[in-house]
Amino acid sequence: MQTNDVVLKVRDLDVSYKAQRGRVRAATNISFDLHAGETLAFIGESGCGKSTLVLALMRLLPKATGSVDRGSVLYTKRDGSQIDILKLNGKALRQFLWAECSMVFQGALNSLNPVIRVSDMIYDTADAHGMTRKDAQKRAFELFERVRLDPLRVFKSYPHELSGGMRQRVLLATSLLLRPQVVIMDEPTTAVDILTQRSILDVLKEMRRELNFSTIFISHDLAVAAEIADRIATMYAGEIIEIGPVDDVFYRPRHAYTFALLNAAPRLSVGDEELDSIPGNPPDLINPPSGCKFHPRCAFAVDVCKTTPPPPVAAPNVPEHIAACYETDRVLAAHRKVVQHDL
Amino acid sequence: MTSNTEPIVELRHVQRRFIKDRQVIPVIQDIDLSVYPREILCIVGESGCGKTTTGKMIAGLLNQSQGEILVDGRPMESYKGAEAAVLRRSLQIVHQDPFASLNPAHTIEQILSFPLQRHKLVNGRAELRRRIWELLTMVDLTPPGDIVHKFPHQLSGGQRQRVSIARALTVTPRLIVADEAVSMVDVSIRIGILKMLHRLRDELKVAIVFITHDLALAKYFAWEGRIAVMYLGRIVEIGRTPDVIANPAHPYTKALIAAVPEADPERTRGKQQIPLRSEEIPKLTDIPPGCAFHPRCTFFQPGICDTLVPVLAPVSEGHQLVACTPLTQDGHLTPYVEPATTVSTLADQHRTKTGT
Repeated sequence: MQTNDVVLKVRDLDVSYKAQRGRVRAATNISFDLHAGETLAFIGESGCGKSTLVLALMRLLPKATGSVDRGSVLYTKRDGSQIDILKLNGKALRQFLWAECSMVFQGALNSLNPVIRVSDMIYDTADAHGMTRKDAQKRAFELFERVRLDPLRVFKSYPHELSGGMRQRVLLATSLLLRPQVVIMDEPTTAVDILTQRSILDVLKEMRRELNFSTIFISHDLAVAAEIADRIATMYAGEIIEIGPVDDVFYRPRHAYTFALLNAAPRLSVGDEELDSIPGNPPDLINPPSGCKFHPRCAFAVDVCKTTPPPPVAAPNVPEHIAACYETDRVLAAHRKVVQHDL
Repeated sequence: MTSNTEPIVELRHVQRRFIKDRQVIPVIQDIDLSVYPREILCIVGESGCGKTTTGKMIAGLLNQSQGEILVDGRPMESYKGAEAAVLRRSLQIVHQDPFASLNPAHTIEQILSFPLQRHKLVNGRAELRRRIWELLTMVDLTPPGDIVHKFPHQLSGGQRQRVSIARALTVTPRLIVADEAVSMVDVSIRIGILKMLHRLRDELKVAIVFITHDLALAKYFAWEGRIAVMYLGRIVEIGRTPDVIANPAHPYTKALIAAVPEADPERTRGKQQIPLRSEEIPKLTDIPPGCAFHPRCTFFQPGICDTLVPVLAPVSEGHQLVACTPLTQDGHLTPYVEPATTVSTLADQHRTKTGT
């Protein structure tokens, strides 16, 4: 599934918000590649910068307060040409969004216009991108069937006539209307029930297999990320502190924060579990802690963590598994203990 | 645990209807449920199943439309005057949203003072202050001196939820209903609050009814207690947590447990799903006859499930009670085969064979 084609190349991205007390450095030093066909999940607590990151990628930061201070987001089109999303403006940006890179937001009810029918939303999208209404309807019907919706019923419905799960699937289908290469999903299954979540996850996996698009998946739910992702990126205090293949990150975490996060997530099928919360609160991003930003809450912290930010280091046998932590060895040893305890 | 002690609260054939836009909405169909001293009881289910309504009735915040709610063996309505005040104190609730449940205009000290003063549980300022200090320490908000003069907006979500719990503890309750008490709190700090609730149960000998839609969390929190699974206003399965989670008997519980993703890539990929016949959740105003789950159930038995209302009864294998007629009568489930599909498939096969 994973190839060397990079569709999205993010480099040295810094995003900040203006606040009364100063600048909130919501995302710093973000660099990653998104490969064709893969799902990259960003996990982390609220306020870690996951949503800021995707808003910056989609150029949706609030104009008055948010700004990209540094970095580039290079997108490779199907014809091989590259563009920097951050440099797009006006018509070029409007053409780019949805056609090349679309987004599914959390809370489907809020992202559907309550006073227009699903069909009109589809037509609006098609009109804006020069797709004929006939083609749009045909494509929408195909997609609705793929997401297991009855096209005839859904197409002429208003959002309030659909259940939460149906609305989320309408959004999923609409996001693929113009065959984008990248779909960004921000907590798409967060506000839905268990069985609805299951059907959305199944539909999503099926669509991904058949339609071959890349996904950036934002979730605070480790279980959903474990199921849907090919790769995981852990974020803390605005930085990617660990990134790697899903199994490596879950079974051999190299950063103390990822370890702590995993150790706070109960698993239904594992009997009686020893779990622990992460002490303290996420840091103030106006005045972040020195050194490793996680050190005030970290059980593994040593002196150097307090002074010098740890550099990203690749795992010896898995070069694509990278973590910025001085105490990787102790983290690994502790995690093995946790895993053995389960068995 | 359950045989030799008397329940604190007992719901007997309780029903609850709401009226909305002149339409009767029967949220609680029929519930029998007891909460015993010092136990942990989790109520799980999807939205609209009636878990919050049940919780509010247990806490005495909502009357039943039909049936009986007994507290210490006596109908809740029979408590009057001073007795009612004692009853009010012994049953407490912690709400889901710590942003909405704490008055933003009051300091934490004031929030905790009101119930203590209202119920005359302290004498004088010094004792009030000492008690508030003690409560904040109990919920790990230390040092209390840093917290008392703050307003709710100055605290994090987790800290606010701890204040809500401290407020529930002001009146030394015997039972606390925690309604989705950690679902708005970050994943990384949920476990800390749950561990604190465990500790409080041991130290203060309080029973906890924990309402959640998160099965993994319910499993963790109620491992030594019980789980009740609700669907459309009824309990479909109830039993000791390890039994219900490891050997779910009701088709709905089976489907739920199979559907939950696990924070473990191999485990979650390897999960065997239970297919549903329909994804549509029936409306509360139009609950299917017989077993309300039958239109979605893969083990549907025509003539039984769509006519008989299942009653909670034990199944042979486990200790849990299950409301599923085929299971409690025959002891096993048989996958349902759609008759229409079978006929057409056979006809199609016939047509292909004969070439007509």
